[in-house]
Amino acid sequence: MVGYQGEEKLSVVNGFEPVIGLEVHAQLATDTKIFCSCRSSYGEPPNTLTCPVCLGLPGALPVLNKKAVEFAMRMILATGGQIQPRSVFARKNYFYPDLPKGYQISQFDKPVGLDGVIKYRLESGEEKVCRLIRIHLEEDAGKSLHPEAGEAYTRVDLNRCGTPLIEIVAHADIRSPQEAYAYLLKLKQILQYTGVCTGDMEKGHLRCDANVSVRPEGQEKFGTRTEVKNMNSFKGVERALNYEITRQIELIRSGGSVTQATLLWDEKRGVAEMMRTKEESHDYRYFPEPDLVNLVVSHDWMEEVRRNLPELPDARAERFVSAYGIREYDAQVLTATRDLADYYEEVVTHAGDPKAASNWVQTELLGVINAAGENIATYKVRPNMLGELISKIGSGELSGKMAKIVFEEMTVSGRKAGEIIKEKGLVQISDDTAILKIIDEILAASPDNVAKYRSGKTNVFGFFVGQVMKATKGQANPEMVNKLLKEKLDG
Amino acid sequence: MPLSKEQVEHIAKLARLNLTPAEIEKYTHELTVILSYIDQLQTVNTEGVEVQNQFITAENVFREDVPEPSLPRSEALRNAPDRDEEYFHVPRVIGD
Repeated sequence: MVGYQGEEKLSVVNGFEPVIGLEVHAQLATDTKIFCSCRSSYGEPPNTLTCPVCLGLPGALPVLNKKAVEFAMRMILATGGQIQPRSVFARKNYFYPDLPKGYQISQFDKPVGLDGVIKYRLESGEEKVCRLIRIHLEEDAGKSLHPEAGEAYTRVDLNRCGTPLIEIVAHADIRSPQEAYAYLLKLKQILQYTGVCTGDMEKGHLRCDANVSVRPEGQEKFGTRTEVKNMNSFKGVERALNYEITRQIELIRSGGSVTQATLLWDEKRGVAEMMRTKEESHDYRYFPEPDLVNLVVSHDWMEEVRRNLPELPDARAERFVSAYGIREYDAQVLTATRDLADYYEEVVTHAGDPKAASNWVQTELLGVINAAGENIATYKVRPNMLGELISKIGSGELSGKMAKIVFEEMTVSGRKAGEIIKEKGLVQISDDTAILKIIDEILAASPDNVAKYRSGKTNVFGFFVGQVMKATKGQANPEMVNKLLKEKLDG
Repeated sequence: MPLSKEQVEHIAKLARLNLTPAEIEKYTHELTVILSYIDQLQTVNTEGVEVQNQFITAENVFREDVPEPSLPRSEALRNAPDRDEEYFHVPRVIGD
């Protein structure tokens, strides 16, 4: 993390306290658009996913996608918000080339969800709460491709038009760029767990705008705020907020004052620039959408959605601690994504040892997956395979060291542990007589060292262990070697 | 309350309508008449009546989340005054 980390009071900079309110747009993971049956898909050839409805052709009528409503309901329930029994769609009127109807269908004074909270945790472990104002449904606009040098026109691709979104509007409870970053990570985690959104910010599935102001420490009244847009990565949000907070503080300290404005973050250059806005650009003249009937959510429907809500990350982490006896920190890491948590639980059922499974998944597995940029859900070492490997350590068939050799081979070939063990002849020698025989040979071959040991120079013990392991190609059970050697030498 | 000429000009601008001075005059008058009718409606006692935004009683008209074929691209682009094989063309958008 960049910025103020490590300062005594994370949220206060040079006597000023930042106040940040985030608005997040999340693209819903439906198969089709919100008001028509065109597929909702990223990266298709331009203008191949349109129909009269999403093109805004005269006479075409929108019909609401039930799945999109249920996804919004899931997110409202997952954040402890209130699903409104009756909500209304509204037209937000403005002209832009990627908005063919001349209005965006959104929700205004009667959104589908109100209230709710996001509980999140900073890197330091400190817990924070950000209250939500509302969650509403709306459609996305198309995409404008800006002209290359010398071209007189802008290209427009309307594939994204009508893609279902929820907008999650939070209170200005956030006090630092680090908090904003941690809040977004938590939001993404909940969106992913509930299956509502992939949370991929780089693909634009998650977009964030921020209202930013600063106020002298101790002052209750908020300062004049600016809006920062176009931040398209989690780190980008943190950097952009750092930039804008610093700019506002410097402006005030040099005798100036902040004026209300919209700024566009330029990730490459690391600056946020004022957007030119016409004075009436925010006069959206919302009115109820006459082409859509009201959305009414019955108690039964809400309870059905609630019943089908998957276990949420915080609850899952708590369960990991109580059911598997792992540390809270480990439970946090293992529940970071639903795929990882699913993987871990599957490993546990095969490994029989939740703590060993936790260690293996966090160090060995995540090490390889992160280094190779692999997807855990499709990674070739499946959880049953890793679980089986770990169970062989528990049963004494393999030493930890041998298991690591087998695991490495699994990550290369994707084969099962049993096959690799057989092929490499990797069987741990846990047989007393076999190990004792080797020990006897080694002691006989080094009478000097035996004498040294018995005269009190016990540091030669390591030498004997090394010799036994060497003689057995590392396959002797190290605990047994230690135990038997000690008996022999001391006895 | 009568609508001002400036208000009509503002609304026209938002709607991207180029009105002549005569039209502005005309619409100022017409819109004022419409608004005074609304004022008249507002004198009706509506105490205890739930606010309605629709006249039809239908609610919850849904589609299932099942894809259907989209328009062929050539059809989608056909009515556009300016286009290429793949995209709609619009005048350069400045200041985005």
